[in-house]
Amino acid sequence: MNHVKKECVAMLLAGGQGSRLYALTQNMAKPAVPYGGKYRIIDFPLSNCVNSGIDTVGVLTQYQPLVLNEYIGNGHPWGLDRVHGGVHVLPPYETASGKSWYTGTANAIYQNISFIDRYNPEYVAVLSGDHIYKMDYSKMLDFHKKKNAEATIAVLEVPWEEAPRFGIMTADEEGTITEFAEKPKEPKSNLASMGVYIFTWSTLKRHLIANENDEGATKDFGKNIIPAMLDEGSKLVAYHFDAYWKDVGTIDSLWEANMDCLDPNVPLDLYDPKWKIYSRNPVMPPHYAGANSKIENSMVAEGCDIEGETDFSVLFDGVVIEEGAKVRYSIVMPNTVIKKGAVVEYSIIGEECTIGEGAHIGERPENVENRDEWGVAVIGNHINISDKVVISPKAMISQDV
Amino acid sequence: MANMSNVLGLIFANMHELVVTDLTKNRAMASVPFGARYRLIDFPLSNMVNSGINTIGIVTKSNYQSLLDHVGSGDEWDLSRKNGGLHFLPPYSNEITGLYRGRLEALVGVRNFIEKADANYVVMSDCDCVANLDFKKLVDFHEEKGADITVVYGKKDFTAEQTKTRTIFKVDDNNEVYDVLVRPEISGTFDASMNIFVMSKDFVLNIINSAASRNLYSFEVDVLQHRLKEFKVYGYEFTSYYAQIDGIRAYYQANMELMDRNNRKALFNFDDPIYTKVRDEAPAKYGLEAAVKNSMIADGCIIEGTVENSVLFRGVKIGKGAVVKNCILMQDTEVGDKCELNYVISDKNVIVGNYRSIGGTIDYPVFVNKGSTV
Repeated sequence: MNHVKKECVAMLLAGGQGSRLYALTQNMAKPAVPYGGKYRIIDFPLSNCVNSGIDTVGVLTQYQPLVLNEYIGNGHPWGLDRVHGGVHVLPPYETASGKSWYTGTANAIYQNISFIDRYNPEYVAVLSGDHIYKMDYSKMLDFHKKKNAEATIAVLEVPWEEAPRFGIMTADEEGTITEFAEKPKEPKSNLASMGVYIFTWSTLKRHLIANENDEGATKDFGKNIIPAMLDEGSKLVAYHFDAYWKDVGTIDSLWEANMDCLDPNVPLDLYDPKWKIYSRNPVMPPHYAGANSKIENSMVAEGCDIEGETDFSVLFDGVVIEEGAKVRYSIVMPNTVIKKGAVVEYSIIGEECTIGEGAHIGERPENVENRDEWGVAVIGNHINISDKVVISPKAMISQDV
Repeated sequence: MANMSNVLGLIFANMHELVVTDLTKNRAMASVPFGARYRLIDFPLSNMVNSGINTIGIVTKSNYQSLLDHVGSGDEWDLSRKNGGLHFLPPYSNEITGLYRGRLEALVGVRNFIEKADANYVVMSDCDCVANLDFKKLVDFHEEKGADITVVYGKKDFTAEQTKTRTIFKVDDNNEVYDVLVRPEISGTFDASMNIFVMSKDFVLNIINSAASRNLYSFEVDVLQHRLKEFKVYGYEFTSYYAQIDGIRAYYQANMELMDRNNRKALFNFDDPIYTKVRDEAPAKYGLEAAVKNSMIADGCIIEGTVENSVLFRGVKIGKGAVVKNCILMQDTEVGDKCELNYVISDKNVIVGNYRSIGGTIDYPVFVNKGSTV
């Protein structure tokens, strides 16, 4: 079947396990993790695509795809239910030659060459589904075309001490990349890859096929494809990005990223009508702030019912905070109930949990003598915490207590 | 048990507009904003969908631009279907009909739509009632009674002023309606019409034909009142919470009644949700000195001041040090720093500059027109 030609198709890598999020990613992939009171992480790259004019998106899933499949559905919430193009969830599949699982980021794209070819694009954007940022990919595509590049890699300057955690580019004055090092021990630059690439499709396709035929290769963009393109002398350029970008790979960074929503000094504007972040909206009434409620420095989603207190917290839809309960510096995911007199501090509480009366979850760092023992407490999804139970900081609860 | 896929829904979008003229200056009754994120039509439309009705016609007369924008293709209500779905029925749809004078004449204008519908029953609703009503129970009642017409009513206390716009039924112990009073201007406890009716499709087509040939236009007067003896008319009492918008005061009060947890429970429940157009707003944000009590707040609001006993629609901004009490502020109203608002209803996109003070009373809330700057 022939499709209407698309200039640029986006491929979103959404199979990440997010193993360092432990209880929160037990039954969902990292891009499906809730964030910011109503979003899931994948809403950011998906909305960026739509707002950048990219209307054909392949979402590559592998680890625990059920939540993500259901969430994306036909793409309607993002305006990606299109006659031509739209969003397509692409899980690994078996072929006559027996191949199935995606063995690396490059292999995942390789296995979907025929999907991309159906739209006969000039360019392919390869995007990580794990990051929170607002970015206009159309500007990056213009840059790619202007530079006459084979690949454009979005980079941001990171503190030097953090550089060893990233894929690091060395670029000349023109922005042409001269060297690429994946998680270097001694970085030569602090320009880190954001996991956002634009390739000229014909070049990428050639490299994907060559990489696949190289038995020793790990089938990874950072480890194989980018170095191979550099070796070949292809033009790779760095595209500088200097707005808000956050990897939420750990409990601490997920907690911080949510707290960033509450900080007026953090440049992530979720209220900009010109660059909305779309999501599947819950069908709930507005939230109710009770007669004795005290709500400060917080984000509160639809359907919440708050009689207690909340400060520096992010409450997802349908959260109930009963009288006398206090929630501070915490993230509470959809439909969780915090019973009377319970205290939740420096915690992430999963979906549909019940925190019993008088229970105490987490602790302020200043109340903990040994700071190494302090951390954000995490309650997984669908957990019941009984009345008066105390959950210590840094705890990771994945069954009823 | 009624098969709801054989039921056609008709919603009258423009009835009762004259009781709330401030709110209906630029919009149909159906698209009057209500309850921080809804429009009045969301209630009958969601109720019909939740009851299993999947073919719905919206009968419009005028001012329907905002309604078209709100309802769109009906996909938020899951009504964007291959079979059935949502149909807009504007006036002048054929050369003999134009702007109708009453419900009966409006029905004459949509005769073709009713004829074509693959349905045994027709349920009709106006947009003046805020309720969570199961139409399936109503159609079951209609079938069980073998009624020609089933009318829905609620028992409430009324002043003479209120009954000036109401239809009152007298219903016997067997649920049969034995008298109909139209706009009687009397006070007391009455069984008042909720302007929701059920009839068989054939019956509707019969009364349409006889009305068209006699130039009759009022369903209440020309059918319910004048032909009551001729037909089997039964009354179905709705006993759960509802609010009927029969004036600006009732509108204000109905919004305030949402602060009562029991009323919210009656209107919004998990299994029969009230759908509305989504606006993809971020959750509401409370600032450093926000103090909000006893209020309904929609998403997209940014609150940095004090809010009490108020309903804030989507995207409302309350400035630092501002005090908002007993107000209904519609979509995108911006209240500047250190303002004081008491008993104010602001329409959409109102901007109140810093240090302003506006005050009304519970009986006469101040109404600020759409898009104005104070």
